[in-house]
Amino acid sequence: MRAALRWGLALLVASGVALGAATAEAHPHVWITAKSELIYAADGTITGVRHAWTFDDMFSTYALQGIEAKVKGAYSREELASLAQTNVESLKEFRFFTFAKADGKKENFLEPVDYFLEFKDSALTLHFTLPVKTPFKAKQLVLEVFDHEFFIDFKYADRDPVKLVGAPTDCKMQFQRPNDGTASAQKLGEQNFSGGGSNFGMMFANKITVDCP
Amino acid sequence: MTSNPRSNAARCLWVGVVVLAAVMMFDSAVHDLLAQNPFGGPRPGPAAEPQVGGFVGWLLAKQSEFYREMSATIRAAKSDGSAVWTLLAISFAYGIFHAAGPGHGKAVISSYLVANQETARRGIVLSFASALLQSLVAVVVVGICAWLLNATAKTMCGAEKGIEIASYALIAAFGARLVWTKGGGFMRALQAPRPEPALAVVHHHHDHGHHHHSDHDHHHRDDDHHGHDDHVHDEHCGHSHGLTPDQLAGPGGWRRGLGTIFAVGLRPCSGAILVLVFALAQGLFWAGIAATFAMGIGTAITVAAIAMLSVSARSVAQRLSAGRDGGGTLIMRGIEFGAAGLVLLFGLGLLFGYLAAERVTCL
Repeated sequence: MRAALRWGLALLVASGVALGAATAEAHPHVWITAKSELIYAADGTITGVRHAWTFDDMFSTYALQGIEAKVKGAYSREELASLAQTNVESLKEFRFFTFAKADGKKENFLEPVDYFLEFKDSALTLHFTLPVKTPFKAKQLVLEVFDHEFFIDFKYADRDPVKLVGAPTDCKMQFQRPNDGTASAQKLGEQNFSGGGSNFGMMFANKITVDCP
Repeated sequence: MTSNPRSNAARCLWVGVVVLAAVMMFDSAVHDLLAQNPFGGPRPGPAAEPQVGGFVGWLLAKQSEFYREMSATIRAAKSDGSAVWTLLAISFAYGIFHAAGPGHGKAVISSYLVANQETARRGIVLSFASALLQSLVAVVVVGICAWLLNATAKTMCGAEKGIEIASYALIAAFGARLVWTKGGGFMRALQAPRPEPALAVVHHHHDHGHHHHSDHDHHHRDDDHHGHDDHVHDEHCGHSHGLTPDQLAGPGGWRRGLGTIFAVGLRPCSGAILVLVFALAQGLFWAGIAATFAMGIGTAITVAAIAMLSVSARSVAQRLSAGRDGGGTLIMRGIEFGAAGLVLLFGLGLLFGYLAAERVTCL
């Protein structure tokens, strides 16, 4: 029986090596510098999220492949319209990497509106607004932006990463960057929110929390 | 005869254990990958846990570092030719680190090597051939789509997706073939009686005496002896030991090897495509091509190292089970069959989206 155990072990080793390689995930190929705005209606309900995502040098060049500009190196909004269309259509598959929870309940978004691309300093910026399916009020809104496959690395801008537009004055916003050991996450960490389930997958997530009493 | 049902039961138990182990491992692999399902919404579950910290986290960080340096280096190479050397070095390092991360190519090659009883040397050759083919495909795709046709990224990504599907289908077909071949060996090993080691020889004689020769025993002693010998060799041993490794790895082996190279090497790496298009846009397509092949060589080194690991693991298994006559064969055939099954499952999983491979850059 001991020999049998050894066979079992050998089998595990053999298939483990074969399989171990297959697990886990990709590394980023695209970097996005993001800015986001939470849009509120006059009655204090949240109506949508407006993103501005600036792609890295390499991806911007890749995306512009085959797109003609009248003035070389200066792409107009119109010249980029079809690419913007492609972008928002492709992003749908990934739910726009934007995930909202109102008081713990998942909120859905509609198709993006007001989307366009802008080319500046050899980088493309995709602007789009995601309307929420039904405008809602929430004591606590949690908005996460990340790619759980980590093919895209979302990094929020250093200046004005997140803005509340038209929010009730007593609402407080916290922004938490991916917990990658950089200081910003710790700085914000002092105001711990109650949710005990803060977990590891959040490593790559940018978390926006809005509390409205 | 009474011992037969019992050893049958033991055999069944073994097969059960083998299958269960394989299923469990496959399940955990799928589980990890399913955690990334874009339709499931964010799932920051425990599955993501081991991917971030420690070794894998370090790999990810290194890859990102090298990868991000590439675009700046290509830009620099426009004015300073010596930057091309830096680009090559970075690409090579990126290839090494990139391949150390997860990827179906390594898994398929490793499984194939285990299933088909390949030697370490052929493992290395296969790893290099498939990695270089991968580089070549990336160059051809960008060369035709972007350079010749000036197609958009959308078109290119469509081409990539087509190639991806073909590659996965090939892996599945290739796995099905392996399962078919290896299934035969496994079945033969299963059907062969597995004698208790100490009694093995006695058992054989006993069996035959009873069934075929007891009637003739007294009449044709010499003939009977001959007949007995023949019988054992032709039908009994032949079955119980299955085919020898030499026979199995024999002709057709290289053709199968080519199958692996194509199945694995067909799908270009998203990173290589991005680098090539970027280099093309900077007017340095040749530097992009050089970088792509440098990446390929780096990738090949890591894949070959992993392939070596699986080949050695297999020979460890072989040595451990060598002492056991019939049983050892059964275990080895079982491992080969299981590895063949893995190739098929990888192919099907990738084809039907249960396994997530590196995403094609379509935004």
